[in-house]
Amino acid sequence: MSKNSKWKIFTNGFLAENPVLVLVLGTCPTLATSTMASNGIGMGLAATFVLVCSNIVISALRKVIPNQVRIPCYITVIAGFVSVVQMLVKAFVPALDSALGVYLPLIVVNCIILGRAEMFASKNGVLDSALDGLGMGIGFMITLTIMGTIREVLGSGTWMSGLDGLFPFLPEGFAIQVLPESVDPFTIMTSAPGGFFIFGVMMAAATWLTTRPKKEKASAPAEAAEGGNA
Amino acid sequence: MAVELAVIFFSMILVDNYVLVQFLGICPFLGVSKRLDSAVGMSLAVTFVMVMATAATWPIQTFLLTPANPDGSLKWDMGYLQTIVFILIIAILVQLLESILKKYIPALYKALGVYLPLITTNCTILGVTVLNIDNGYDFLESIICAAGAGIGYLVAMVLFSGVRRRVEQAVTPKCFKDLPITLVAAAMVSLSFMGFGGIVESIFGV
Repeated sequence: MSKNSKWKIFTNGFLAENPVLVLVLGTCPTLATSTMASNGIGMGLAATFVLVCSNIVISALRKVIPNQVRIPCYITVIAGFVSVVQMLVKAFVPALDSALGVYLPLIVVNCIILGRAEMFASKNGVLDSALDGLGMGIGFMITLTIMGTIREVLGSGTWMSGLDGLFPFLPEGFAIQVLPESVDPFTIMTSAPGGFFIFGVMMAAATWLTTRPKKEKASAPAEAAEGGNA
Repeated sequence: MAVELAVIFFSMILVDNYVLVQFLGICPFLGVSKRLDSAVGMSLAVTFVMVMATAATWPIQTFLLTPANPDGSLKWDMGYLQTIVFILIIAILVQLLESILKKYIPALYKALGVYLPLITTNCTILGVTVLNIDNGYDFLESIICAAGAGIGYLVAMVLFSGVRRRVEQAVTPKCFKDLPITLVAAAMVSLSFMGFGGIVESIFGV
């Protein structure tokens, strides 16, 4: 039974409590870095690393941190790990650093991380918190990658371009041409309005997926999503 | 000089609008834009903190973290501390502002009160302070840029709260109810802001 619940904590972030589509946290990096699928993967990996580490530390310190000053403490822990990620990315994957730009330091204020610290890590054990962080991070990465795929295929006709910056073993200029060159790409999809539009459509799809089997409860998740965006 | 500042100010409002073009501060944009008065309150608080935070972080970055010799080389480079230092300054600043306003300007505190604590984790604030450094603006330009970003936030929030009132009354498919349709509406507002591209340069003839 206990193994089952651990698995549930881990998979919760994939769809049932997907941080972006259901909890509506971390919308800014979602919209900004999903212009290309490879950026989505990079951002997802960076955020997952910070999320797991900060969840572990905060959950280990949850009895030490006084309740009144918990938010500044959490932010300091998170900012420390973000600086680590920033230095690592600058040193080893400079292409990702220039692709993500200001959104890399902005992981500090990504509400997914602070939100999970507050909602989960401050109340649960170290192992559970690490699993929760990992699951949430993977859910975030999957969402970003799917969204990046849709926007990149429609917006520039390619898929996974720029992945060579992330994994150096790939040949330079790596990209999979999905739409033939003769088709004019929908450039609007890679700019701001396309981001909002695809995000809206994906959120509707997630609502539809999570509510479809039990039709009588169709309105409940919409209300839950509403509460999560404060 | 004045023209350059005006270009920065108006570009931040119309062309590089933080919410609709650069995707910063979306969470409060979706959360608070339901009612006009709360949208205005939040944007004013954001503008206020943005300018204050820029005024505090710019000197710290320039004189403490990466001070330059007269010949342009750095005396020492602690730029890697930027993220931690900036977010702590913003958190302290927000707390400080809250206590000062509570004590001395209770009317403003009442108007901004609920929104102030939320601002620490609003990415526009950290975003504007980091972007000012990245763009290499001097102190005055940074302040103007922060003020423009704040006003741009206000414009987007006020416009969108109007759009949202209409959207809420519309009949939508069940799975699009609430946030999804709001995001689609945001896409259209953002599309209209794309039309401002190049307008500031042509007005000021730069």
